[in-house]
Amino acid sequence: MAQRLRVRYAKRGRLRFTSHRDISRAVERAVRRADIPVAFSAGFSPHPRISYAGAAPTGVASEAEYLEIAVTRPCRPQELRAALDASLPPGLDVLDVVEARAGSLADRLEGSLWEVRLPGADPVAAEGAVKEFMTAGEVAVERLTKKGMRNFDARGAVASLVSLTADQDDHGEGGPNQSCVILRMVVRHETPAVRPDDVLMGLRLVADFAPPSPPSVTRLAQGPLDASTGEPADPLEADRVGGDQ
Amino acid sequence: MSVESLFPRLEALLPKVQKPIQYVGGELNSTVKDWDEATVRWALMYPDAYEVGLPNQGVQILYEILNELPETLAERTYAVWPDLEKLMRAEGVPQFTVDAHRPVRAFDVLGLSFSTELGYTNMLTALDLAGIPLSAADRGPDDPIVLAGGHAAFNPEPIADFIDAAVLGDGEQIAIAISEVIREWKAEGEPGGRDGVLLRLAETGGVYVPRFYDVEYLPDGRIKRVVPNRSGVPSRVFKHTVMDLDEWPYPKKPLVPLAETVHERFSVEIFRGCTRGCRFCQAGMITRPVRERSITTIGAMVDNGIRESGFSEVGLLSLSSADHSEIGEVAKGLADRYEGSNVSLSLPSTRVDAFNIDLANEFSRNGRRSGLTFAPEGGSERMRKVINKMVSEEDLIRTVTTAYSQGWRQVKLYFMCGLPTEEDVDVLGIADLAKKVIQAGREATGSRDVRCTVSIGGFVPKPHTPFQWAAQADHETVDRRLRELRNTLRNDKQYGKAIGMRYHDGKPSIVEGLLSRGDRRVGKIIQKVWEDGGRFDGWSEHFSYDRWMACAAEALDGEPVDVDWYTVREREEHEVLPWDHLDAGLDREWLWQDWQDAVNDVEVEDCRWTPCYDCGVCPTMGTEIQIGPTGRKLLPLTVVS
Repeated sequence: MAQRLRVRYAKRGRLRFTSHRDISRAVERAVRRADIPVAFSAGFSPHPRISYAGAAPTGVASEAEYLEIAVTRPCRPQELRAALDASLPPGLDVLDVVEARAGSLADRLEGSLWEVRLPGADPVAAEGAVKEFMTAGEVAVERLTKKGMRNFDARGAVASLVSLTADQDDHGEGGPNQSCVILRMVVRHETPAVRPDDVLMGLRLVADFAPPSPPSVTRLAQGPLDASTGEPADPLEADRVGGDQ
Repeated sequence: MSVESLFPRLEALLPKVQKPIQYVGGELNSTVKDWDEATVRWALMYPDAYEVGLPNQGVQILYEILNELPETLAERTYAVWPDLEKLMRAEGVPQFTVDAHRPVRAFDVLGLSFSTELGYTNMLTALDLAGIPLSAADRGPDDPIVLAGGHAAFNPEPIADFIDAAVLGDGEQIAIAISEVIREWKAEGEPGGRDGVLLRLAETGGVYVPRFYDVEYLPDGRIKRVVPNRSGVPSRVFKHTVMDLDEWPYPKKPLVPLAETVHERFSVEIFRGCTRGCRFCQAGMITRPVRERSITTIGAMVDNGIRESGFSEVGLLSLSSADHSEIGEVAKGLADRYEGSNVSLSLPSTRVDAFNIDLANEFSRNGRRSGLTFAPEGGSERMRKVINKMVSEEDLIRTVTTAYSQGWRQVKLYFMCGLPTEEDVDVLGIADLAKKVIQAGREATGSRDVRCTVSIGGFVPKPHTPFQWAAQADHETVDRRLRELRNTLRNDKQYGKAIGMRYHDGKPSIVEGLLSRGDRRVGKIIQKVWEDGGRFDGWSEHFSYDRWMACAAEALDGEPVDVDWYTVREREEHEVLPWDHLDAGLDREWLWQDWQDAVNDVEVEDCRWTPCYDCGVCPTMGTEIQIGPTGRKLLPLTVVS
């Protein structure tokens, strides 16, 4: 293997309904169409050496998804970015490519910044629910997983959570007085993973806060949590400067 | 009149359903054309779930061909799963296309491709969700022409009430011709309305409009006659045959889905038609004659398809791919081209002879030697004579011995149960055969690490085959024979553990039989089943035999016929069959003679290598066998670095 490349990509618009498996098939085919000299694993049934870190759930959009591709001959990151982006369907957009220099990418993804848009929700109720949630020591929620119903704490992993209000201009169907509550939250990656919908369930449990229409969720960033801002920093920075830590 | 996208309304429902990606469209190589710039607009439907429908070659080919026409556009729609159907009903979201999410009712034509009759209830769901009246007679000027195609359309009588028209055979040229008729009719101001355009289509003799034909019955329930009920409508409707497949190298731009589908590969049809003459095989009878694609076109299509799609697997499709006159060269040429490239090749249908092992060896150069599949279809020598599957036991043993000794570890054998004249001993013969296969494998390899799986399907007599007159076996008989076979295999201490058996119970075959050989009276059953909640009949978790039987009893109440009459009853020579006025080119007397030959264990050779035996297709349809060899070779592709 000649080189490993780290790729940041976005999952936008209707393509947010892709699952992790859908994306990996799409990327494998795009790599083939783009003639990227991807390395294959050895063994009985060789697989392209592409690994994915912390994929956003089905139905959730993202501006900050990451994958790593091993190639058999050195590629220029900017050329690979353009070629891969051109071969992926619009909505799976390649934003940044760097050559991996050190360390594990997955280890740097300590937390995510999420934006949750709640069209038609009551801003006052949202504010109150957020306060209630953040002052609670623990908020037990449950979610149906592949292993059945699981109970876990949704509060501990939430580093910050604020509620904002925006004019409802980009979601056409709202009436003239329709507002849109926007929740911004930084959630640490822990096990079991806490997702924005778990936090929403938490808000319902602590303050009976239930938005009137389905939330639209976007991951804005993920990376090492910056002590000063409290938000995730660029996880590819370490590769850009040429060393880790 | 522009049409708005339904996507914003659909989008709100998607977070609540399973696998939402299947409804969003945007596949690589999909096409969205400007609505207002087109005059003729087709919604093409494969009436099953997206994961099954998307890879369908027929739909992909027509989609591409129609979108290449300047004034025509085509979009695709699939059956929605019950979870989304429920939400769409609650929110008033109509059946939509996945390309631009336009409402299906806004199109001029809703073209449905029926590979199997088990999609009929899904058609009714789509019509109803679209807001199109179920009954063709109730449709008005704003409703699309509902057009059925695919193999099941060779007997569309069970769905005659729901469709406006049906087309038999290859769709490429007739889809273009239909577009042209509709375009002219619209340009002239739509004279005669709906019936006006249907009459223009019917008059060509290549489009069947059920409403223009009356069916009269005898007191005992048999059909007396089927006659056109207006002038200008021909008494027979003929199938369509595309000659010179090299002129039609589709798909050129294969659709690549984001969602997972049943076939994740690029497929090239290497020839159409088959004249092996297997008597159970409707596809082989209705797609005659054999028309090959040349080795050079195949090579070019594979090269283009991989580049356009990014698929890593290529399938060479046909009814019996090893029968291509240059298959050896094709296999070697492609294997050479893609050696070491992680592109794998597959040949889905193979016949039983040693030559096939050579082919399989070529195709597995890039991969593993895991399993090989052969289809003797009948468990005994006599049974194979009845169905005209000319495979002897020696052939089979010799073939599998070669396979095992060349490193293949697993052999899969396909059989059918419930064939005409079948007795218990014929089905138990499958066990003997499987044991001999294992024995031969152990001897050839000196190892016990060889396996054989027998896979058994229920036989359903189909229209336009020599078995169209045959009695279908009842499901109790089929189930009993399969049970005995399973017990025999299980109880065999020496070989039992090396033999696997896959089968389904016989009940779904009865419903398939009812729909395959049914007449217009069966339509009432389909509607009742659908009203009672019947959906996705091809899926065992959704299929309900009891519902079909209960609805059939209700729908046929007062009629002199019942489900048994349609399925397990043998027909006599001169009975008018529901599809007799639909012509696949096959001579009825030849079919009857072939049925008699079947009963008398008389075999028929393949007309590609022996003189014509007058099945009737070529003279009736004005076609001829188109096969190689061309003598050409596949050259290595130029490597661009």
